[in-house]
Amino acid sequence: MTNTSTLKFASQSVAKPYFVFALILFAGQILFGLIMGLQYIIGDFLFPAIPFNVARMVHTNLLIVWLLFGFMGAAYYLVPEEADVELHSPLLAWILFWVFAVAGTLTVLGYLLVPYATLASITGNDLLPTMGREFLEQPTIIKVGIVIVALGFLYNVGMTVLKGRKTVINMVLMTGLVGLAVMFLFAFYNPENLVLDKFYWWWVVHLWVEGVWELILGAILAFVLIKVTGVDREVIEKWLYVIIGLALITGIIGTGHHYYWIGTPSYWQPLGSIFSALEPLPFFAMVLFAFNAINHRRKEHPNQAAALWAMGTSVMAFLGAGVWGFLHTLSPVNYYTHGSQITAAHGHMAFYGAYAMIVLTIISYAMPIIRGQGQAAPNRAQVTEMWGFWLMTVSMVFITLFLTAAGVVQVWLQRLPESGAALSFMNTQQQLNIFYWARELAGVIFLIGLVVYFASFFVKGEAADVAAMKAARARAQI
Amino acid sequence: MAEKFTKGAARNIYYGGSLFCILLFLALTFHTTREAPQTSHEENLTEAVARGKLVWEENNCIGCHTLLGEGAYYAPELGNVYVRRGGDASFKQYFAAWMKIQPLPAPGRRKMPQFNLTDQQVDDLAEFLKWTSEINTQDWPPNVEG
Repeated sequence: MTNTSTLKFASQSVAKPYFVFALILFAGQILFGLIMGLQYIIGDFLFPAIPFNVARMVHTNLLIVWLLFGFMGAAYYLVPEEADVELHSPLLAWILFWVFAVAGTLTVLGYLLVPYATLASITGNDLLPTMGREFLEQPTIIKVGIVIVALGFLYNVGMTVLKGRKTVINMVLMTGLVGLAVMFLFAFYNPENLVLDKFYWWWVVHLWVEGVWELILGAILAFVLIKVTGVDREVIEKWLYVIIGLALITGIIGTGHHYYWIGTPSYWQPLGSIFSALEPLPFFAMVLFAFNAINHRRKEHPNQAAALWAMGTSVMAFLGAGVWGFLHTLSPVNYYTHGSQITAAHGHMAFYGAYAMIVLTIISYAMPIIRGQGQAAPNRAQVTEMWGFWLMTVSMVFITLFLTAAGVVQVWLQRLPESGAALSFMNTQQQLNIFYWARELAGVIFLIGLVVYFASFFVKGEAADVAAMKAARARAQI
Repeated sequence: MAEKFTKGAARNIYYGGSLFCILLFLALTFHTTREAPQTSHEENLTEAVARGKLVWEENNCIGCHTLLGEGAYYAPELGNVYVRRGGDASFKQYFAAWMKIQPLPAPGRRKMPQFNLTDQQVDDLAEFLKWTSEINTQDWPPNVEG
């Protein structure tokens, strides 16, 4: 087996540390998820060493950061290939990798080792208070670091695009990445008025995941589909425009589904309901897009695992973001489900389906090429990887179903009855333990799936493309 | 998709549709931002309330609780806790005592850490929760349990 790289440009290999580190953080996210899942049932588990709020901060922040590493790795891999030039500066990409990795690690250690109030005080949160808001818990100085890393990253890939071909995929990806950086600036705006604080907080959170991140998702999916199916670029690009057009047309005003009950005017209820009811459309288009491309493929790419991830991400994004989002997005429904376990169910499947899986898709496609395995990992490794895919994906479906069941019962006991008849929050939670145990079990299977997935990187065998060639030759001889 | 639907048409829908939605969203944002002082009774947003919000943030309360339905789903909603726990008559007393006795010595029960807040901080936090409970939330939550 030769180990010569089949990379189009040597600089694409800088994506590797980003992908590897993303996967390490992914593992951390899952471990802390399991800790939290247990704390839901055994309330004093690991208390006071790791209080729930700390575990949750680590769980969600690791998610965000590993996805960002994944997006950056994806960009470093695909932007040069699309632009048909070397990356502007691989050195800068390496420097930013270490800056981001060290800053991220320090942040997590800070969460785990000192009380949050101490972290706030030693990082000077009083000077520019930005901490203590969901998902934006990072100390202000770390937020500044994130902006610096993002600027350096955008400069690097931006210069690469400017020097080379400006394909639709590259332009859409750049729009998404610039949007990601610009919307993050609202993390620094924290007015004293809670209503305005919440209103603009969603400009980061919603306009990321139901806005600009969908552009990144669409671009990466389009890139992988072109590579593994050989379908005509014109067709792929048309689909990409349809998807991102639908995403922004429904998603921007769809932000209104977060503005029902936070002290904002009542017109957000009809507006948010109508537009966000249409938010499944871009995800449905993505399913059609992926399956059409695979069914009309013009070649048999040896990387079957990447094709599976690409189809899987479209289906799971549609289910998690589309269907589970729609379940509770209409304001008369959301009045009862807002902030319940229904929200948690939706959050889990949407993030896994849309964003975790698209990063795993590009990793599945790119890593064998970066690692010099030819166009694909050995067949045996791919089979192992597909086991990982099914274990993780099916257990995530069950996590979502169990949380949904918990949410329905919670709404039934705590939200629907009148004051006086309704069960308190804490008493309701005790009724949900059976669902939380089932969720935890599904979480353990997810972890097993993750271990299998990791193991697939170490499975040796004959390169998939060589094996395919030999098989073809054998058939010809008969 | 029909042949007549070209890449150019798809691109124009993307640009035109997005631009329209961005402009509409900005107009609504402008209006909502102007309305916020009324819907939140900003005239009652005292320095104590502002300090209380900072105490709320710097102790990561959102990491377990929801506030107006947003946050973590591990511990009770606090947007209306002022009403649920006695209101003007007794909330502050209740709240100060509650904060002091954490973590409750009940095995297996979900634990709230002891945050060692000063009396001033507890009072500021109470003021923040009182102010929050008076925000016009379109009648959410459905009942007092939050």
